[in-house]
Amino acid sequence: MSDLVADTALDAATPPRVETPFQRFRAEFFESKIATIALAIFLIIVLLAVLAPWITPQNPYDLAQVSVMDGRLPPGSEAFDGYTMWLGSDGSGRDLYSAILYGLRISLTVGLASGVIALLIGMAIGLVAAYAGGRIEAIIMRIVDLQLSFPASLVALMMVAALGKGVDKIILALVIAQWAYYARTVRATALVERSKEYVEAAQCLGISRFRIVFRHILPNCMAPLIVVGTVQTASAISLEATLSFLGVGLPQTEPSIGVLIANGFEYMLSGRYWISVFPGLALLLTVVSINLVGDHLRDVLNPRLKK
Amino acid sequence: MTVFIIRRLIQALLVVFMMSVIVFFGVNIVGDPVYMLVSPDADQADIAAAISRLGLDRPIWEQYLLFLKGAAQGDLGNSFIFGEPALKLILHHMPATMELAFSALILAIVVGIPLGLYAGLYPDSRISKGIMAASIFGFSLPTFWVGLMLIMLFAVELRWVPATGRGDLGTFLGIQSSLFTLDGLSHIFLPALNLALLKISLAIRLTRAGVREAMGLDYVKYARAKGLSTRRIIFVHVMKNIMIPVVTVMGLEFGSLIGFSVVTETIFAWPGMGKLLIDAILQLDRPVVVAYLMIIVLFFVLINLVVDILYSILDPRVRLQDQGA
Repeated sequence: MSDLVADTALDAATPPRVETPFQRFRAEFFESKIATIALAIFLIIVLLAVLAPWITPQNPYDLAQVSVMDGRLPPGSEAFDGYTMWLGSDGSGRDLYSAILYGLRISLTVGLASGVIALLIGMAIGLVAAYAGGRIEAIIMRIVDLQLSFPASLVALMMVAALGKGVDKIILALVIAQWAYYARTVRATALVERSKEYVEAAQCLGISRFRIVFRHILPNCMAPLIVVGTVQTASAISLEATLSFLGVGLPQTEPSIGVLIANGFEYMLSGRYWISVFPGLALLLTVVSINLVGDHLRDVLNPRLKK
Repeated sequence: MTVFIIRRLIQALLVVFMMSVIVFFGVNIVGDPVYMLVSPDADQADIAAAISRLGLDRPIWEQYLLFLKGAAQGDLGNSFIFGEPALKLILHHMPATMELAFSALILAIVVGIPLGLYAGLYPDSRISKGIMAASIFGFSLPTFWVGLMLIMLFAVELRWVPATGRGDLGTFLGIQSSLFTLDGLSHIFLPALNLALLKISLAIRLTRAGVREAMGLDYVKYARAKGLSTRRIIFVHVMKNIMIPVVTVMGLEFGSLIGFSVVTETIFAWPGMGKLLIDAILQLDRPVVVAYLMIIVLFFVLINLVVDILYSILDPRVRLQDQGA
């Protein structure tokens, strides 16, 4: 009898299993096969790039390991040092598989770094605009509108024309080309959030403005920011590749995927397709997989699409 | 209304002025063009002479004021490399770019709208799903990579069209263009297709959304009830209503086509303004870079100004909102 009572008491004490928002999000995200596969591909690409020094047959930028004898070998050829070049080699005898993995390190670093910096700057400016209102907001949004009336690729091109080559300069150019997208998103979301009751409640409790903005409003703006962040990061990677391909992005000493494709371009017309095509495929897989993940995130995180 | 237009004009002027400061100071701080221009065995005196000939020995703000003074008179400085006025060089390369952008726009409309129409009329068919999937790729593939693939497929493997350069020019109604000769058309096909891909995707999506919305509206139901044929309903009633927004948006994209043509022109060695810009950046030919960027800024500001004014005529709420802010 007493056991029975204890049991029911225990049942009442353990609350019914409630999904946390994160668990619900995770379940919904993995419902889509395409997005799951895309995420897996992206993670594999990141992993390959990070592990590059340990899983490639040569360090393509260590001159002692590269032999000019190996130049322009088609895919599957055997290198001078005995290993097989599954993807062939480029004009100076680098194994393309190794060069692509090393190139991905640079491309991903530039893309992610510029994405994160642009996100932080855009977020701060957007929050200030939404919370300050009035004249400050009007000025900030004018600048944002103005910048968004130019295509991001053109802004980035202008910036590299002004700044010159190099990793730091490309990141700066991409940040300048992209911050406005984040600022606009954050401001629009923050304006909606600001008029909600929980903000009013927080104000009534006498919580400081700073705390309300960063602890209460900002977390609720994260969903659309993450979506914009994934799409913009993909476009940053693709923009960097474009600029490097044009010869105004990264220098030969920082061979990103775009530089590799540019190097192979001259051999393409003579039928040596692999020098450009394989780095191109790597770029394609990276950009498309991020875009597919972002596309699905938009569906999962958008409350309006839910029943 | 006049007040609105004047306000916008002043804003536009302000933007052009600000951009001129940013572009001029930005471009003129990077690198040292003198060492690219004088021969390697030049002595100190030669270099000093070159510097003063190019006006690089003056303080940068003085160079800027000289530039502004010239710009107001339509002189954007002389190219370091060619010794010709930068503006003249750019105007010389402009027809090739315009021709390319125009062809791409026409291609986007001619290909994109029918595909979008089909996808909107039969949203559940396999072909429509294929069209929509292809349009996602059109949005996410980098332009330069698609260009490379086009060259490889059509020029290197199939040998249908030449890979690079501009073909023979023909004259028609006093306009000189490669669109009027067969050789010219075969040269422009690949670059125009490359430049158009993004806009084809855009046209597909816009048309599809418009068709899907219109098919459920009362006027279509009424036309059906009247016993009109499906063909007549779609091509006369629905298309008439959809074409206006679609063509407007596509027209607005013309500016971005000119911007994007930088990439396409470089890949296909198309002798337009974009190729000129990339060459100028690589050779540190500052006056040409500055002049190109100023012309592009002017171009975009003008397009936006016209759009703003048109919208304010069509929709008075825009005007009122602006006065409130």
